[in-house]
Amino acid sequence: MARYDSILDALGDTPLVGLPKLSPSAEVRLWAKLEDRNPTGSIKDRAALSMITAAEADGRLVPGSTILEPTSGNTGIALALVSRLRGYRLICVMPENTSEERRQLLELYGAQVIPSPAAGGSNQAVAVARRLAAENPDWVMLDQYSNAANAAAHTAGTGPELLRDLPTITHLVAGLGTTGTLMGTGRYLREHKPDVTIVAAEPRYGELVYGLRNLDEGFVPELYDEKVLSRRISVGTSDALRRTRQLVGEEGVFAGPSTGAVVHAALVVANEAVRDGRRADIVIIVADAGWKYLSTGAYTGTLDEAAEALDGQLWA
Amino acid sequence: MAVEVRIPTILRTHTSGEKIVQGSGDTLQALFTDLDSRHNGLAGRVITAEGGLHRFVNVYVNDEDVRFTGGLGTTLKDGDSVTILPAVAGG
Repeated sequence: MARYDSILDALGDTPLVGLPKLSPSAEVRLWAKLEDRNPTGSIKDRAALSMITAAEADGRLVPGSTILEPTSGNTGIALALVSRLRGYRLICVMPENTSEERRQLLELYGAQVIPSPAAGGSNQAVAVARRLAAENPDWVMLDQYSNAANAAAHTAGTGPELLRDLPTITHLVAGLGTTGTLMGTGRYLREHKPDVTIVAAEPRYGELVYGLRNLDEGFVPELYDEKVLSRRISVGTSDALRRTRQLVGEEGVFAGPSTGAVVHAALVVANEAVRDGRRADIVIIVADAGWKYLSTGAYTGTLDEAAEALDGQLWA
Repeated sequence: MAVEVRIPTILRTHTSGEKIVQGSGDTLQALFTDLDSRHNGLAGRVITAEGGLHRFVNVYVNDEDVRFTGGLGTTLKDGDSVTILPAVAGG
């Protein structure tokens, strides 16, 4: 059945597709979960709907409420759609070094965007949003970094879908942002498949993004519990872009740069499995497609040119 | 046992502005002891008084987060690349 009452009802239950050309052998296979097939085109639709529904249930959100959220883009866009349909006003605090498409999409869905300084990346957006929330006590900050409903969306949706579609799963590889995807999906898989390996692919941006004034401005999401992860691999801009292009070139999967980082980490894991003679079914989470990043230069020119264009950008 | 260490902007006050420094040690702990002998105060910014990694600092050996490979006891070999980064928000 592919008929739904509304766009929000079409959320989740995304396809899992094999990546036969990137898979190193018949015993070590890669699979891509296409989260870009969600209503606003990213995995964040799951978290956004879950957080808003939970806030409605506990009475924090009432018709006409104003929602405030720090976001580098996808969560904001997802919240904007749900807010528009359910009658809330949305204000997003977004770092100025994110793609132009994200700002346009937010405004298209009716959100108001408050820019935060590029240096310090999302940390600054979080800090600005937390200050605004304190100044405007009637605004509701869902706070994707600490909101249990973010991870719960994946425990209820992403995890069960994966186990249903690939009972032989051995590895989950996903990007690390709010950590909601990895925490929620990881907990579900660990509970039902204790030997599964949970791998985080962490984007390593250009220096500007790490330009904090002091270390105490650092940030670890409240949702993060390192016990859920098996390992955490840092992937730089060049490797992420190279794998993003390889994914579309060899498999026809057009993904955003953060997925390139995930593919890179997945291939590290896959090559180890081949070396050790182990069978593996490795799932990579495709958090979004490439459309929102076309203007950044990620897909044009040489890899070096693309990496230079994305230096200092929040590409994940 | 030469190891290359990438220093984030925020810690370069300890390395005279150098972005990459050389160090040595069989473990990460030994490496920071070695680094601190030439870059005074660096180890104290990364390692807490209790002997663990600072909550808002991430350290990677060849791109692997050391919190999953043995922490400061992570072993090093010649030619390894160590990266220190402040923890920043994603999402």
